[in-house]
Amino acid sequence: MSNNLDLKKGLNIPIKGVAAPEVIKTVVPDIVAVKPTCFKGLVPRLLVKEGDAVKAGSPVMADKQRPEILLTSPVSGTVQQIVRGEKRKLLAVLIKADAKQEYVDFGSKAPADAAQVKELLLNTGLWGSLIQRPYGVLADPQAAPKAIFISSFSTAPLAADTDYTLVESMKDIQAGVDALGKIAPVHICVRKAGSAFGGIKNATLHEVSGPHPAGNVGVQISHIAPIRKGEIVWTVSLLHLAAMGHVINTGKLDLTRKVAVTGPAAAKTGYVVALPGTPVKDITDIKEGVRVVGGDALTGENLGAEGYLGFFEDQLTLLKEGYKREWLGWAKPIRPKVYSSSWCYFSWLTPRKKYNMDTNLHGGPRAFVETKCFEDVTPMDIFPIYLIKACLASDIEKMEKFGIYEVLPEDLALCDFVDPSKNEIQAIIQKGIDLMIKEMA
Amino acid sequence: MADEKKTPWWHSTVDAFDTFLRVPGTVSAKGAHVRDGIDLKRVMIMVVIALVPAALFGMYNVGLQTSTLYNLDWGFWHMFFYGLLRMLPLFVVSYVVGLAIEFASSQIRGEEVNEGYLVTGFLIPLIVPVDVPLWMLALAVAFSVIFVKEVFGGTGMNIWNPALVARAFLFFSYPSSMSGSSVWVSKTWAGLDGVDAISAATPLAIAHDGAFDAATGAVGQYSFMDMFYGFIPGSTGETSVIAILLGALILVWTGVASWKIMVSSIAGGLLVGWLGQLAGATAVPCYYQLVMGGFLFGSVFMATDPVTAAQTETGKWIYGFLVGALAVVVRLWNPGYMEGMMLAILLMNTMAPLIDHCVVSAHTSRRAKKALTA
Repeated sequence: MSNNLDLKKGLNIPIKGVAAPEVIKTVVPDIVAVKPTCFKGLVPRLLVKEGDAVKAGSPVMADKQRPEILLTSPVSGTVQQIVRGEKRKLLAVLIKADAKQEYVDFGSKAPADAAQVKELLLNTGLWGSLIQRPYGVLADPQAAPKAIFISSFSTAPLAADTDYTLVESMKDIQAGVDALGKIAPVHICVRKAGSAFGGIKNATLHEVSGPHPAGNVGVQISHIAPIRKGEIVWTVSLLHLAAMGHVINTGKLDLTRKVAVTGPAAAKTGYVVALPGTPVKDITDIKEGVRVVGGDALTGENLGAEGYLGFFEDQLTLLKEGYKREWLGWAKPIRPKVYSSSWCYFSWLTPRKKYNMDTNLHGGPRAFVETKCFEDVTPMDIFPIYLIKACLASDIEKMEKFGIYEVLPEDLALCDFVDPSKNEIQAIIQKGIDLMIKEMA
Repeated sequence: MADEKKTPWWHSTVDAFDTFLRVPGTVSAKGAHVRDGIDLKRVMIMVVIALVPAALFGMYNVGLQTSTLYNLDWGFWHMFFYGLLRMLPLFVVSYVVGLAIEFASSQIRGEEVNEGYLVTGFLIPLIVPVDVPLWMLALAVAFSVIFVKEVFGGTGMNIWNPALVARAFLFFSYPSSMSGSSVWVSKTWAGLDGVDAISAATPLAIAHDGAFDAATGAVGQYSFMDMFYGFIPGSTGETSVIAILLGALILVWTGVASWKIMVSSIAGGLLVGWLGQLAGATAVPCYYQLVMGGFLFGSVFMATDPVTAAQTETGKWIYGFLVGALAVVVRLWNPGYMEGMMLAILLMNTMAPLIDHCVVSAHTSRRAKKALTA
């Protein structure tokens, strides 16, 4: 097993609006949302009703099938509103925060064995941060993962720089690693040369270099210990690893994070200290005609100006909606304002230039024509186009053969970006995964 | 688009012109929020641009061949404009017929008009004899667009290269207009109505009949350099190696066509040409195969069509090699018909999914083995 990964394929998208490493604002919690929709595979059952008082760490809802999995409140306060959507689908529980925060005490004692670690994670609500592969769903407490993978950095466009946001949490991160190590061997991928997290102990460290998606944990797993049929791997973000360690070290659930406010349409870029569930309009000013993406520009969720920061998100990307139509855009010899990774345009002349990207598709949907572009941005041992076509055809056997166990939509997000035929590759892969879950259950 | 509601039954056509003029204002709804500036229109226009050198040279060569053969003593511009005027009706017929069917089919399917025909429509006039009757051309275009493209679902779904099928249709339906030694030099519109057609065999045909002069390296009256520059009779686009290489440079640089297919096709042609020489099937050196007939044009512009070629990278090497090898096999060991490129590519178009299947199967079984040992 090699400890180093030098990936060549991929693409760093040159988008404007990187967050400079400084805190520009600290949001004092007022209304905070707990969103069950952040967790794939969770069927929520409410544990509170409007008017109930909760502490930071009190359970708010549980999974219907596995009631030991809890979602907890990140703040202490009063349940103000239960938000439901169509067919009474539970969308969020809004909690009005108290002026003075009270925390549930989980006891600051290092758990002795795997059972105690699981119990602590379930009780604190941090279980939700464990993602199970294949399929990228909420981890099953009964499952026996062969390994737990953590990517200590992100290569996604404008992603929060963990070397800045989490470097002060080293002690917590180490405590988290020690605890998870009791469940399964822990692998941590660090950026090659000069990562702040190169000193983590009790885990196998892998140095990774290369363009996006080298920082994606899925890509790293596929090179280090590919997931085969029947195998299970858990992943967790460094952010939540630190939160786990924090509970162990202090007994308090603290999900406060430095959120990178990024993107060409951001009024001011930088880091904002906030809790998950904070209304995005409290985090940053949003102008008319701007899309607020929770996460990065490739895989993030369109939160809307009235939305709330998600459980997993430590980044907001603000993008102008690209309704403007360009005259003869495709026929112009040079389009200095539009980036293309293809050599059919001349972006290669200005490799350092950052672009003011918007959400325009830059073309109409077509059948697949050029397909080599997918392979060029997928540093995995799979044929993306065959996997995509197997998903489109709902052919389970072929999906298995072509590597559905190894990918999540995020790992093929760049295919969305580069495709001249403007196919929705991530949606196709997700559809395939959903079918696998249904058929293999 | 906005016009959709006002003009419900012909919105594909409206959209086609609308998006031709302005990039659609559609924003990403799911998946990646930002997208690359590339679209299929740009990809296709790149191929057309790559074809322009071959087309321009071909027009000049049409005039040149007529002028030389009939002793007309034309100047450069006279030759070029004669060629241009002869080619224009072919382009017009190819585009009008092809696009009409394309628009109608998109309308029936309720999809946007695909720009794939921009390339096909440009290719077809370049690979047929310049004096081919326009009604034949129209028939061939209609056949290939309907039965090779639209019935499969349009660009991206077709199995065979539509431009080549149009040529094959003409070749098998109207052989007298498509083969023989008098079809490759234009005399229509040259004021030669009463004059008998002069036989002007292509170097490929001459070489096939064995008229190769080993001492001078000339095939009939044509030297190697004549063939390299393209001052020889043949289909309009195929004669000049220099013009085709310019196009190849554009295609490879922009990444629109696969250099692997081009290189392996040339390698396959050279190898079989060399073997043929050793076996005594021909006296012509193997590298002559590259400059004679449509070999290079086919390798660069036709075999590389991303829809009908192999899609795996390993598959591209195999596919290209077999295209080149088969083309020369047909040239050397076929008593009647000397241009093998067209049928070699069409055959390999048929085989491409099989090649890909083998490559992908080998890959998945290797992955499965790795899983057992891991």
